[in-house]
Amino acid sequence: MKIAVLIKQVPDTADERTLDPETGWLNRDAGDNIVDEINERALEVALQVKDKDKSTEIVVLAMGPDEASKAIRKALSMGADSGVHVLDDSLAGADAVRTAAVLAAALKGIGADVIVAGNESTDGRGGVVPAMVAEHLGLPLVGALSVIELSGGKVSGERQGEAGTLTVSAVLPAVVTVTERTAEARFPNFKGILTAKRKPVNTVSVADLGVQDPAARAVLVAHSPRPARVAGKKILDDGTAGTLLADYLIENRLV
Amino acid sequence: MSTILTLVELTHQGEVSASARGLLAAAASLGTPVAVVATPTPLSEDAISQLGALGATGIYQAVGAEAATVLGTPSVEALAGAVAALAPQAVLAANSVDGREIAARLAVRVGGALLADAVSLRTDGGQIVAEHSVFGGSYAVESTVEGGLAVITIRQGAIEGNAPAATPDVTTVELSGSGAGARIDAVNDAPVTSSRPELRAAKTVVSGGRGLGSKENFVLVEQLADALGAAVGASRAAVDAGFVPQTAQVGQTGVSVSPQLYIALGISGAIQHRAGMQTAKTIVAINKDGDSPIFDVADFGIVGDVFTVVPQLIEALGARAR
Ligand SMILES: Cc1cc2nc3c(=O)[nH]c(=O)nc-3n(C[C@H](O)[C@H](O)[C@H](O)COP(=O)(O)OP(=O)(O)OC[C@H]3O[C@@H](n4cnc5c(N)ncnc54)[C@H](O)[C@@H]3O)c2cc1C
Repeated sequence: MKIAVLIKQVPDTADERTLDPETGWLNRDAGDNIVDEINERALEVALQVKDKDKSTEIVVLAMGPDEASKAIRKALSMGADSGVHVLDDSLAGADAVRTAAVLAAALKGIGADVIVAGNESTDGRGGVVPAMVAEHLGLPLVGALSVIELSGGKVSGERQGEAGTLTVSAVLPAVVTVTERTAEARFPNFKGILTAKRKPVNTVSVADLGVQDPAARAVLVAHSPRPARVAGKKILDDGTAGTLLADYLIENRLV
Repeated sequence: MSTILTLVELTHQGEVSASARGLLAAAASLGTPVAVVATPTPLSEDAISQLGALGATGIYQAVGAEAATVLGTPSVEALAGAVAALAPQAVLAANSVDGREIAARLAVRVGGALLADAVSLRTDGGQIVAEHSVFGGSYAVESTVEGGLAVITIRQGAIEGNAPAATPDVTTVELSGSGAGARIDAVNDAPVTSSRPELRAAKTVVSGGRGLGSKENFVLVEQLADALGAAVGASRAAVDAGFVPQTAQVGQTGVSVSPQLYIALGISGAIQHRAGMQTAKTIVAINKDGDSPIFDVADFGIVGDVFTVVPQLIEALGARAR
């Protein structure tokens, strides 16, 4: 089985994240850029398939600036076999529709049996790109799985919905997204880090992929920082804090 | 006035989902709201009058058995049919697990673009502008669509109010039975429907973290929530530890809430948790550790043990009520 895993490099959620005051785009220089945790979990799903069946081939696909090659190397050090990096200056600020068109074109070249992605990135939070990719490729989307079983030419699992869960399945090829309730990712080991350097990474441009720009696009019209919160009063409980809090809530008409 | 389509989700019992109110209210502020739905059997009279009461001037229903057995794509087909028939100015869907996937496929299918997780919508010179709350409310960002249809997902609980009631015209079409979709093999609805308010829309939220220590102890959070008529939230650590279901998670990868009052119990206030609650009007925190970052955003912080402070609080509130 050939598995493609979509990887996105994002600013670490543990740092303060900012927008570029000029463009309103993500400020990539503000803090550390890392592989989004949810993508590591997606990769872990693929690696667990490979643990059981060594013939499994895992290709990671990332679209992003130069620095995104680090995210690909990290994935290779965790155990993926090869990488594809879509690198093109014209993609800076690309919206979801354009991103999906580009990823879908790259995926046609990869020819995977299953495409695994995170359900939602921590920077965009749109949760739409994998579904768009599925639409481009004419594939079923088995989204938001918290439990996943990939074998026998089929994917099945538990989908976390708004009102309980669904048991869902699809015959491969398919696009799958996982939630953060799937297993935490493994750490790269020493051997993984060494061999990652020798694994192939294919860097491609928009022209290489032959993708047309979609006619419609989302554009940013305004952006402004909101004032940060300031800390209020803080008291040490001397045995009366519960009563004082009740007074505070009543005085401020919060109850 | 321009037509605005809204994707209405149905529960597995065929009831109109709670997201319909906000979507129709947002649609009415922009143009003429039409509800679009994929359904295994034609909508009941009750559902039709309910959608009318919520402001739908028209209902476009696509009927076919696959609406109950195939994931998402029947709704995409319904919306694409309605887009072709009604030439809307925009399509609105909830930023729910189903809504976002359906909206995403639709945007590609009809050559539109997508604005994700809007918290409010307005028209400006004939264009629809969406406002987004980015990085846990640290930024307000506005966006619009150029060169095609606007497909917009709306954060659940963000839109208040109701559209004026209407008497909807109903158009019925049949689903084609084709299209690539995953199969729904079984529906495992959440066992208990609680009488507490819905987390995203609640005026007061009481959340508990790892500091509660166990599922048994987490009852304390529920007791305070019930004393205040509040919804129950949690940190990811509390969800991971199995104290509460995932649907209660507040934060970066959980629900974003902006209630009048947010009470954090035994939560350290990691930046990823704050990303989901720091836009609350008033924040109260109770934590043993005075250095916890939750106190940086709290209007009223108590350095103390939740197991002594909270029972006293519940007692004091009860005494005032009497
Ligand atoms: C990509 C990513 C996404 C994430 N998304 C989320 C998210 O959506 N939501 C979220 O919450 N977290 C999220 N996290 C996790 C986050 O980083 C923290 O690990 C988590 O919020 C910690 O939860 P906590 O505060 O309950 O636990 P802890 O940090 O362990 O804090 C427990 C607190 O309880 C206090 N305490 C203990 N006993 C008592 C007592 N008896 N009385 C009073 N106080 C007591 C302690 O002093 C401590 O401050 C995410 C992390 C990552 C990397």
